[in-house]
Amino acid sequence: MTADHGSSNGATPDAGGAASGSSETTSGAAGAASGAAGAASGAGHEHPAHVSPPPRAIPGSGAPGRHLLVVLVMDRPGVLNRVASLMRARNFNIDSLAVSRTDQPSISRMTLTLHGDAVAVEQATKQLYRLVDVLKVQDVTADQLVEHELAFVKVRTTPANRSEVIKIVELYKGRVVDVAPESVIVEATGTEGEIDALVALLRSYGIKELVRTGAVVMLRGAGSIEEALKR
Amino acid sequence: MTRGEPPGRRAAGTADPADESGTRTRSTNESRTPTRSTNESRTPTRSTGAAPKSAARPHRSHVPADGTPAAVAVEQARREMLHEGRRRKRTRIGADALMEALLLQGTDTLFSYPGGVILPIYDILADYPEIRHVLVRHEQGGGHAADGYARASGRVGVCMGTSGPGATNLVTALATAQLDSVPVVAITGNVPAALLGKDAFQEIDITGITLPMTKHNYLVRDGDDIPRVVAEAFHIARTGRPGPVHIDITKDALQQETTAEHPSLDEIVAGLPGFRPKLDGHPKQLKTAAREIAAAKRPLILAGHGVLVAEAWDELRAFAEKTQIPVAWTLLGIGAMDEQHPLAYGYMGMHGWKHVNRAIQAADLLIAIGMRFDDRVTGSVRTYAPYARIIHADIDPAEIGKNVAVEVPIVGDAKRVLEGLTLMTAEVDPATRADYLAELAEWRLESEGSSWHGSGAWRGGLLSADFVVQRIGELTDHVATYVADVGQNQMWLARYTRFRRPRSHLSSGGLGTMGYSVPAAMGAALGNPGAETWAITGDGGFQMTSQELMTLAADRIPVKIALLDNKKLGMIRQWQEIVYAGNYHSSHLPGPDFVKLADAYGIPGFKATTTADVDRTIKAAQAVDGPALIWFEIAEEQNVLPMMPAGKGLSDLIETWGGPEE
Repeated sequence: MTADHGSSNGATPDAGGAASGSSETTSGAAGAASGAAGAASGAGHEHPAHVSPPPRAIPGSGAPGRHLLVVLVMDRPGVLNRVASLMRARNFNIDSLAVSRTDQPSISRMTLTLHGDAVAVEQATKQLYRLVDVLKVQDVTADQLVEHELAFVKVRTTPANRSEVIKIVELYKGRVVDVAPESVIVEATGTEGEIDALVALLRSYGIKELVRTGAVVMLRGAGSIEEALKR
Repeated sequence: MTRGEPPGRRAAGTADPADESGTRTRSTNESRTPTRSTNESRTPTRSTGAAPKSAARPHRSHVPADGTPAAVAVEQARREMLHEGRRRKRTRIGADALMEALLLQGTDTLFSYPGGVILPIYDILADYPEIRHVLVRHEQGGGHAADGYARASGRVGVCMGTSGPGATNLVTALATAQLDSVPVVAITGNVPAALLGKDAFQEIDITGITLPMTKHNYLVRDGDDIPRVVAEAFHIARTGRPGPVHIDITKDALQQETTAEHPSLDEIVAGLPGFRPKLDGHPKQLKTAAREIAAAKRPLILAGHGVLVAEAWDELRAFAEKTQIPVAWTLLGIGAMDEQHPLAYGYMGMHGWKHVNRAIQAADLLIAIGMRFDDRVTGSVRTYAPYARIIHADIDPAEIGKNVAVEVPIVGDAKRVLEGLTLMTAEVDPATRADYLAELAEWRLESEGSSWHGSGAWRGGLLSADFVVQRIGELTDHVATYVADVGQNQMWLARYTRFRRPRSHLSSGGLGTMGYSVPAAMGAALGNPGAETWAITGDGGFQMTSQELMTLAADRIPVKIALLDNKKLGMIRQWQEIVYAGNYHSSHLPGPDFVKLADAYGIPGFKATTTADVDRTIKAAQAVDGPALIWFEIAEEQNVLPMMPAGKGLSDLIETWGGPEE
């Protein structure tokens, strides 16, 4: 009862056959269309029969990083559900998602943050484009941009430490929007890192409640994602 | 049961048949007279090669056999009077808008099952005799029939069911169509809008269910939206990478009086700014690809379903001939190349031919057209085609770089990309590829010789399945429509039947839906009535949807069913034997007397138990005017080999198991 595991497989082109191929057969990311010259000169780089080629890269297996996507969608019922369902079905984790109207009545804007390697995030982008209601997806991670999110933090305070809390909040350019005998509500805006830092400081006083909107972003300079859409 | 016209006439590609027969009931109302676009009536043909065997079998009419032309005319006139009177009485409602929109889209067949909330449609259905209504016996059968209709004809298939269970029964068929990119429009009813979300009788959030398994879906609560939504749905279903679109319409929207007009295609396109499939390959990418092709010494074309969807079979052949590159195909790419063409190399993947997989592993360039490097095609990606650079052309950008990293991505329609590549590549003298092609030919000879098939008898004279499917192919001149089920029968068919015509092979490749064969063949027979239609199924899959035998019998749909009965879930048994150390739990599947079963439905049944019975029963089934079933009692423990174990690579094929096969 033995399985013959393809004893005479053809994986290695024999010397008589016209074997070729550059040594860069697995050139990582999709979209690398530049390497034609490598193949053209392939005759000089034949694989010796005893050297097995490097394993082919599996897309999406690179180092994950944080990515920011701006998604413009038609403002139609269910579109948020479509985006969320797609991300879940395709095995992407959304870190945050902010949705709002734009200046154009039929168009909504979503700002998504997610983790993944560049190829995986590009795949997420392409999958989003398959949705009929999605107009534009732009990965702005590497762009110059303004990025902020809003947080409300309900902090436990006593008359003794209230002014101390307010001082910390002012240091982070936040403000206190509600004061009660045993708590204050702090409003803060900033990048994800700034809010994280403030929240970490306030935690020592006791956080009763916390809510964050997730990042919204806009590219610096005169360029406009919305205007690009009209063109 | 009288129809206004035999649907088969549509396939002739002539003008609107109603104009010649004068039988249309609705000719008085100009605004509601649909004009069908002429390219809706295409039937696939190759510019060379075998033509479909159309004239050989005269009976293709769906008018009941007892209806003489005179009797049909009288019946028609009677109906016309009836409906004239009725139409004067009533107003145009949402259901009318729906049927008009279907007619405008060229729909001639509707596979459907009635239910509470779609009764408004059934109430007016008889007013639209141009649309043949096929009353299926289960909504899943209707969904697969629409799928088979679409794959066999290249047109959009339409199915319909009621809310709740009717709609959920359609789900498997929609998922099947989604995974295989088949243009299907599914219509369901839903409870009146005021009851949505109230857990009303037969209410379920069906658009929530179909969202991830359709290309797009709609919930319509306003009858005025129906014309636009239906037109959008058809446009989306058939444009770019095709796929199923689901329309859920509330009962009150179907009953609502409406004057909404049907939009033009331009208006539809303008209303879908997010849906602009890119058809032309980028010239720079095409140029890069042409350079790669010129440099390659061991190139191989991998043809997928996209070639058939784009009707690019002539372009594929022209490109292959000009560049002298052999063509391998995926399961759904079968038929893209005439298998008797000298450059046709074979079927790839898990149960593909060894010589094809070997050629892939030794290639220095893969030119993948309209395929998606599914795991059944690649096996382990890390060891896949280790020496090859890859050119990947697909109309869906998301497919490129999804499973395999590629060197030259091209986003575009297979037809245009192949045209572009043919233009940009230089003609290759066959002599320069002589060594390569000779080596491939040698591998093929070796593989076909050693891989056991076609001898007719397996171990001690039992009937072997591959002999059966091979004879079915030969006795139908390889140009019938063959519809596979899922499992061993599907693989035997793909390997041994030999296909010569585009759209002649239908198979649930992506989802692997058991029970697909018989209902899909039912749709295929109506979608391409010029071709003989065979359902090749196993005993397991057949028993999942055998209720459609009644539809075949009642509507006299001429499907020939080849039931390969090994009294097993054959592929499950094979995996249990090879991967699970012979632990045969639940793969033994006793079935009924299938000839008696067919007989109960009024369908002629034949039984074959030996090699000698095969030709006789096939010919007997072919001679039946209408549906027929052949019960092939095949060897119970025959495996499909070679086989690539899951997780292994294309070089790790299992070629023999448990001793000599012959």
